[in-house]
Amino acid sequence: MAKTLFEKVWGDHVVTVNDDGSILLYIDRHLVHEVTSPQAFDGLRLADRKPWRVGSILATADHNVPTTGLESGITDPVSRTQVEALDENCREFGITEFPMGDIRQGILHVVGPEQGLVLPGMTVVCGDSHTSTHGAFAAIAMGIGTSEVEHVLATQCLIQKKPKVMRITVDGELAEGITGKDIALYIIGRIGTAGGTGYAIEFAGSAITSLSMEGRMTLCNMTIEAGARCGMIGVDDKTVTYIKGRPFAPTGSLWDKAEQAWRELHSDPDAKFDKEIHLQAEDIAPQVTWGTSPEMVVPVTGSTPSLDDARDEIQREGWTRALAYMELKENTAIVDIAVDKVFIGACTNARIEDFRAAARIVKGRKVAGNVKLALAVPGSGLVKQQAEAEGLDIIFKDAGFEWREPGCSMCLAMNADRLEPGERSASTSNRNFENRQGVGGRTHLVSPVMAAAAAITGHFVDIRDWR
Amino acid sequence: MKPFKTLQGLVVPLDRANVDTDAIIPKQFLKSIKRTGYGPYLFDRLRYEDVGEPGMDCSNRPKRADFVLNQERYQGAEILIARENFGCGSSREHAPWALDDFGISCLIAPSFADIFYNNCFKNGILPVTLSAEQVDMLFSETNNVVGYKLTVDLPAQTVTTPSGTVFRFEVDAFRKHCLINGLDDIGLTLQQSGLIQAFEGKHKESAPWFF
Ligand code: SF4
Repeated sequence: MAKTLFEKVWGDHVVTVNDDGSILLYIDRHLVHEVTSPQAFDGLRLADRKPWRVGSILATADHNVPTTGLESGITDPVSRTQVEALDENCREFGITEFPMGDIRQGILHVVGPEQGLVLPGMTVVCGDSHTSTHGAFAAIAMGIGTSEVEHVLATQCLIQKKPKVMRITVDGELAEGITGKDIALYIIGRIGTAGGTGYAIEFAGSAITSLSMEGRMTLCNMTIEAGARCGMIGVDDKTVTYIKGRPFAPTGSLWDKAEQAWRELHSDPDAKFDKEIHLQAEDIAPQVTWGTSPEMVVPVTGSTPSLDDARDEIQREGWTRALAYMELKENTAIVDIAVDKVFIGACTNARIEDFRAAARIVKGRKVAGNVKLALAVPGSGLVKQQAEAEGLDIIFKDAGFEWREPGCSMCLAMNADRLEPGERSASTSNRNFENRQGVGGRTHLVSPVMAAAAAITGHFVDIRDWR
Repeated sequence: MKPFKTLQGLVVPLDRANVDTDAIIPKQFLKSIKRTGYGPYLFDRLRYEDVGEPGMDCSNRPKRADFVLNQERYQGAEILIARENFGCGSSREHAPWALDDFGISCLIAPSFADIFYNNCFKNGILPVTLSAEQVDMLFSETNNVVGYKLTVDLPAQTVTTPSGTVFRFEVDAFRKHCLINGLDDIGLTLQQSGLIQAFEGKHKESAPWFF
């Protein structure tokens, strides 16, 4: 019978179906970071349990790590305790960790694929919602809570209910300057932040296959913002080429066999989906969020909504609160919004391609006078190294950007990188929730090129007009 | 895990859609390596005028009078009702830990975000999904009646209002079983170790590049 990509990978991991219909699903790769794991390791110790298969685990600290002054370590004692707890847990249980100072350290969702630790057909989990990123490799990749982190550590399995499968097809050709980020925001704007709840989403169509692996990761990263359990894209030449030669990728005859199996990882032509959405690439303009939820998004040519256009009282109230929080009036043109800070980074957009694209925009120009801080924060030590080898750091610094050490940084402001109350950012991260980038901070989500252009002009501009 | 069977509890109405886990428990509290102690910081930005820091004594912090959890009539609430897509965003289990620590054991909304929904069951909290109209009715009744209580019966899968209206809700069998009995599902899964080992052996043969 014809199968969807999701069904193929899922079917390969069912250990057993219990009487009540719940499924025990085997997990191939477990990524672990400092914030959501300490309680799980404590749970193991309390119950005198051991990790089932340490070889499946990779750990690195990302949320709390500072992006400057690494020589002096982490100065915040609470953050330091958490990172040290991860180091100790990894040592105690024999888990592979890329500690601070290791060139391979960085944001897990950048590091995993970069190392070839995420492979097509795998099941991947991490105690972090943006685990969905790894679906770009035709993997089922799901974010889980700490209790489930403990469950996977102890049993190598997750108890799951099979989600429904939705396919979103984007056909046509993307305009110059339109990225995976714009596709993601456009989709969320259409289906809403709960539009994918209960579903695994497969992305397909010529506009999706035209994306690089980096662009696909950006798109899958944000499927969680649409409420979906995971996002996936089938294997093609780009997938295979990206993985080949990575440190943990298979080699020799094992590679040949693996590649042969991976080539099957796409939906069969007549596979049935529970829901299908068709979109046209030509309809997608550069996207900018105006509010406090990723679904509050409009094209850069648009403006903040008019309250009278709300579909019901609940939405009207949500918009009213969001406009007040963002200190924006109804019907404000997006291009009239000025920014105080710019952040290029986060697991959405901190890969080499993102910095190359942003560097092309800022090259030979200067950050606008009203922009107090422009941050470029690579997603891993290796991304940083690569960017520096290409001279991108110089381009950013010459323009007035700060070029930092890898980490989550101003995506959630758990370290010193943050917005002050009332400050407004153009940010390549994935969440514009109230207070996310700092108490009282106001976040506009955009692509790296849009963020770079906003840094130069001091306000949002349509990147399609950039000369 | 503490079991959940039935609960008759005071209801607090949080009239918002898309309440994200950053709002339920802000990031600065995620630095703790414990499972407990988050209750005083639940909804920290909404509840207090100032900005909370981990370890802060909350008894003298200035509270926002307009926030429901601060209002006299809702003190001691055990059931929280909210609008759609409750618990969206970050997977942080600190969110249910904070709700639990605060004393909330049941949530009622038209929809919940997946990861959060799942995390609740692991922590003895029952998330109940009712229709938007039913939730709307609960909002107006809660607003109109001081001391409004609901009875939530997990074995029967019902929510009963003071006037005797009964709403049925869905919950999947396994989660219900674990919650009613307060079962640790790791222990249950480990009873299937043999199956997992057998699967792992076969899996390693068919996809050795994963190992
Ligand atoms: S970069 Fe942001 S979204 Fe990504 S893992 Fe870090 S905190 Fe989470």
